[in-house]
Amino acid sequence: MVGLHKSEFKNPVINWIDTRLPLFTMMSKEYGVFPTPKNFNYFWNFGALAMVNLVIMIVTGIVLAMNYDPNTGNAFESVERIMRDVNYGWLLRYVHANGASMFFIVVYIHIFRGLYYGSYKKPRELLWMIGVVILLLMMATGFMGYVLPWGQMSYWGATVITNLFSAIPVVGDSIVTLLWGGFSVDNPTLNRFFSLHYLLPFVIVGVVFLHIVALHITGSNNPLGIEPKDKQDTLPFHPYYTIKDSVGICVYLMVFAVLVFFAPGFFGDPANWTPANPLVTPAAIVPEWYFLPFYAILRAVPDKLGGVLMMFGAIAVLFVLPWLDTSPVRSAKFRPIYRLLFWVLIVCCFVLGAVGAHHPEGIWVILGRVCTAYYFLHFLVLLPLLGKFEKTLPLPESISQAVLPAAAE
Amino acid sequence: MSATAQEHNAGHAPEHTKRDFLKLVAASGAAIGVGAIAWPLIDSLNPSSDVLALSSAEYEIGSIPAGQGITVVWRGKPVFVRHRTPDEIKTAEGVKVADLIDPATDESRVKAGHEQWLVVVGICTHLGCIPLGNKTTDARGDFGGYFCPCHGSQYDVSGRVRHGPAPLNLPVPPYAFLTDTRIKIG
Repeated sequence: MVGLHKSEFKNPVINWIDTRLPLFTMMSKEYGVFPTPKNFNYFWNFGALAMVNLVIMIVTGIVLAMNYDPNTGNAFESVERIMRDVNYGWLLRYVHANGASMFFIVVYIHIFRGLYYGSYKKPRELLWMIGVVILLLMMATGFMGYVLPWGQMSYWGATVITNLFSAIPVVGDSIVTLLWGGFSVDNPTLNRFFSLHYLLPFVIVGVVFLHIVALHITGSNNPLGIEPKDKQDTLPFHPYYTIKDSVGICVYLMVFAVLVFFAPGFFGDPANWTPANPLVTPAAIVPEWYFLPFYAILRAVPDKLGGVLMMFGAIAVLFVLPWLDTSPVRSAKFRPIYRLLFWVLIVCCFVLGAVGAHHPEGIWVILGRVCTAYYFLHFLVLLPLLGKFEKTLPLPESISQAVLPAAAE
Repeated sequence: MSATAQEHNAGHAPEHTKRDFLKLVAASGAAIGVGAIAWPLIDSLNPSSDVLALSSAEYEIGSIPAGQGITVVWRGKPVFVRHRTPDEIKTAEGVKVADLIDPATDESRVKAGHEQWLVVVGICTHLGCIPLGNKTTDARGDFGGYFCPCHGSQYDVSGRVRHGPAPLNLPVPPYAFLTDTRIKIG
């Protein structure tokens, strides 16, 4: 009897299950009464939104996979069949395709929220690093998913991205052959991309679970960036944040619906409505919008290996961010100079996105190089120095004192 | 804050509060939304337009000699088209309907004016095997129609089950004669 859980649930059936498998106790502890800082703003919705988005992608993806044929001869037609013949196929595909864009919008906001409020700082370093792993998995999944319709952009995107690995000295070419399963992007490549595109989302689910476990160990950061001290500073997760998240989900679904029903091709590239042709490269090769800043960094460096290293470096730098930022103050609210630099970084990322969408000529080359340099300068030079020289504003004594000044007196 | 709200509710427990109404509306809204999204997901599993487009097909049957049949494919299923001899027609028409396992007259299973043609779905109503009997050399059972090799069910030349374990007659698909020797199934 020592192993049995002592359940406090009154309902005999729930109590019986909970005694043997304390799922109900766990859910109540982690999502019911879980003490959450009482001063969240709406930027703290985006973790829940990302979770909802992941579920939407998996559900629509499973149904789409039932109608998709990962064979170079049939892939394009099978996608057209989904659009025209399968009941609600157009809806499922547009939800899935635009869902990828929504996912990156949500996750990028989630990441920049973390940057602004210092959510990556001690003790949340590992939580942050697990998040970067999720970002990498998402990028791999998004890239391989974009290959599946086997249009011109799919094919040439796959060719360009897999060729990145040919920049590796000595073994590069062998690695590319290994990735392709042949000597060009062809049927074996499409087959394995489909297999991995189906697998990786479930790997993401697993890593998201770790992300949430780590979050529930440290507790959430908050807009003030100071730890809650006592019950005065927190609210139970339910109903306060289940309701706040629900409001966010409604707004998110409205934006999503506008995209799906009124502008389903907004983020797409018309060139992908042309079946893949291994003998003709389209006039302009552009990756999906969510890769544009990284693509700009790749092209900013006039050296093959250098460009590839810088591009991967742009993500790698996020892994070590908790140790690059030496300031003990988390929230940009109390860091006047960091706050300024944060917005410069945002502008820099948007400019890089624009650079990635244009042909590398004229002003775009210069802008691309300046912004790439600044991106690394921000993380590798400015952040470490700022911790030493920035004069931060005084932190409030507690969350409740800051949000309810009258009550504290 | 939460404690205050709960105490407040507890004090007025028997009444229906505005909060109850809001909860009901919110839950219904969510349920309707989930249902509206669930339907396209489920419906996408139903036959698609291109599958439905294959649901009718035309066949030329003039070359089938009397006493034999052919198997055509309709919706992925075998359909027997059998050219019956005058003797077979007479036998089929003479059977006492009341004695049958699944009572049906021969007239109800063929088209008037085309009594020599039997068109039935060639799937045993027991567990889905394909009975023998199209060729004269096939085992046709004691009733001269079809014999299922899986569990021994027997059908007569009208496709009616005469010996179990099959419970029902071979179903007649929707079909029509376009000319005397050309039929459209579906």
